[in-house]
Amino acid sequence: MPRSAHRRPAAGRLRGARGLAGWLFVLPALAFYAVFVLRPIALTLQYSLYDWDGIGPSTWVGAANYGKVFTDPDLFDSLVNAFKLIVFFSAIPVVLGLAIAATIRRIAASRLALVARTVLFLPQVIPLVAAGIAWSWLLASTGVINQLLSLVGLGGVTRAWLGDFATALPAVGMIGAWVLLGLCTLLLLAGMSKIDPALYEAARLDGAGPWREFVSITVPSLRQEIAVCVTVTVIAALASFDIIYIATQGGPGNTTMVPGLQIFYLAFSEREVGTASALAVVLMVLVIACALPIQWFAKDGNK
Amino acid sequence: MARRVRPGRSGAALVIAMGTLAAACAAPGSNSPQPQATGTSAVSKAPACGSAPITMNGYFETGFPLPKALTTEFTKQHPNVTWNVREDQFAVITQNAPRVLADNPPDLMRLPQVSELVKDNLLKNLDGYATAFGWDKWPASQLEQLRLGPGGRPRGEGSLYALGLNMSMTGVFYNKKLAAQIGMTTPPATLAELDEVLAKAKNAGITPIVQFNGGATGGLAFPLQSLMAAYGPTGPINDWIFQKPGATIDTPSNQQAVQHLEKWIKAGYFQKDVNAVDYATMMSRFIDGQGLIMFNGDWESGNLDKQMPGNVGFTLMPPAQQGGKRAAMSAPLAFGIAANAKNADCAAFFLNWVATDKRAREIGVEIGGSRPMGPADAYMPEVAADKVTASTLEAGADIAKDNGAMDFIANATGAIYAKSWTPNLQKLVAGKQTAQGLLTAVQADYARQLEGN
Repeated sequence: MPRSAHRRPAAGRLRGARGLAGWLFVLPALAFYAVFVLRPIALTLQYSLYDWDGIGPSTWVGAANYGKVFTDPDLFDSLVNAFKLIVFFSAIPVVLGLAIAATIRRIAASRLALVARTVLFLPQVIPLVAAGIAWSWLLASTGVINQLLSLVGLGGVTRAWLGDFATALPAVGMIGAWVLLGLCTLLLLAGMSKIDPALYEAARLDGAGPWREFVSITVPSLRQEIAVCVTVTVIAALASFDIIYIATQGGPGNTTMVPGLQIFYLAFSEREVGTASALAVVLMVLVIACALPIQWFAKDGNK
Repeated sequence: MARRVRPGRSGAALVIAMGTLAAACAAPGSNSPQPQATGTSAVSKAPACGSAPITMNGYFETGFPLPKALTTEFTKQHPNVTWNVREDQFAVITQNAPRVLADNPPDLMRLPQVSELVKDNLLKNLDGYATAFGWDKWPASQLEQLRLGPGGRPRGEGSLYALGLNMSMTGVFYNKKLAAQIGMTTPPATLAELDEVLAKAKNAGITPIVQFNGGATGGLAFPLQSLMAAYGPTGPINDWIFQKPGATIDTPSNQQAVQHLEKWIKAGYFQKDVNAVDYATMMSRFIDGQGLIMFNGDWESGNLDKQMPGNVGFTLMPPAQQGGKRAAMSAPLAFGIAANAKNADCAAFFLNWVATDKRAREIGVEIGGSRPMGPADAYMPEVAADKVTASTLEAGADIAKDNGAMDFIANATGAIYAKSWTPNLQKLVAGKQTAQGLLTAVQADYARQLEGN
């Protein structure tokens, strides 16, 4: 805060100077936002209307690239895969996270709770690339998972999980679930600590069991936290890239191709910058279209 | 303390934002590089590195020691030249090539598929140097794949835009110990004999073929193209790779090749998890003795000589008929000079030195494991006969004799490998693509990609 401004006698000058100072404070952030967020979005929008290889001259093609996004089966399938991933990236972490958080809360005082919290949150600290590599070893045909399956007599179901058409997408989905479970658990656990214990006491006096408490008190009170979890994980699913790039690169046979990876291939290996940009814009719109209703849902509960 | 923001101020912010956006208004690529005058006029009579201190900017591939070994030796012989080398994985070079060549032009660069780089005027036309140094008198097959027509199409004829450090070649590596176990004393001479060997290995509980086919790199393209060359002539395959008008990969003999590959898959000759195996895993499995043969290239000969000395053999893919012509994927390890490179003359001098200097040729064989470039009668370093490098060099001579060099089917367009061969080969393994459907699908993708360019 410019101190001198406080001492200035003239009110008008004071307001002007302080307003200006305020803008000066905002300016660096605004400049960064404009250069690194707004400008790329505007450029992407512009590129999406051209046929361009990234270097040479470009041709105006209007909305043709958008038509291609929805008619080319390869591009459209990648969008479908992203929605399938929501099941793994969102549903599993949120549901399982709720159950785990409720359990940890019950044993909150014990040392086990601390250990469980740490172990569950650990995946959040590990870079996604490292997680992808570690999991591709675990899921390999000679990996630990197949060894364990063989050990318990399930040798018949062992396979190269990431190389099988039927299991590759669920397998990368499970990696995502493992990464995001810790985040959801921690968020929900934090939310639970805010719930007034009197509510639980009242419920118990009314003869409610643990399940009833969970459904009638815990879940409704966590509405906002659940909304945050769902928002973050749905965006992670739709915009997934790192895990899949490391684990399967979209294979086998495009079964794990997602928009993020497809955009990367289109722009840098096929050098179809226009189509890549169009798919990026579609993905951005989809993410917003999925995230906004969740926000409204969370707000409604607050009224 | 509520402060009202005056519209003028937010207007200023808007102007800033719009200003940055306005920079986007020109059509993309409007400042793209313009074609340079071709021909020999720009080249001095004897391009060289001079005697003044000079720093060359190189952009090489990580994991391949040959270029570094050559530049080090070059500096030893020409102390005024120092090298400033940046290295990346080949996939990264492929993705970066256009931007790097345009924005930060290296003097010497390991090149991916060149068609689109030539189309965008990013590479120096080397015709002048070729005349000045006499490269045009070398065997034509060494330069053919790096010649391009105007605008980058077709490949295989026209002006020279890159030069190899050596000629690499693919074929069949086999584990000698395992081969002896199943009674294979000499390499198979026909495809039928190879089939027999593979069946014997399978029956003996040995994995017949270790190959990679996971992720975005479908390594089954190696055996597939070898089979294509066993069943049919190489000419039409090269025409297709070179994007000659009307060329198709969907020919009867190529159909036979895919059917044969499918037969191998159904017979269980590849590992069950081949769709999850990457190149590095394949190498470690083969070195570990987990399989009889591996389709791969002579860039691994030096490495294999070191990792499994005396235990690895190499043979060219046998033809379908006894005494038929042999063929192999064979391609120059392509290096080019950026159109706007500062030290183009010195880079060209270096490329010529690699092919003609005695020590450079020795390094090329010892470290690169492949045949050096250069005149047919040039000095050929000696290699101990028990080394697999000796077999690969000999095979290279056979291929030259039979005129059996093909470029790799994965190099037909920039995206054909990751976007078409790989998914289709992975589907073939999983039984989700038929032999007939595979070539039809690839041909359709190829046509679409050429149309898009």
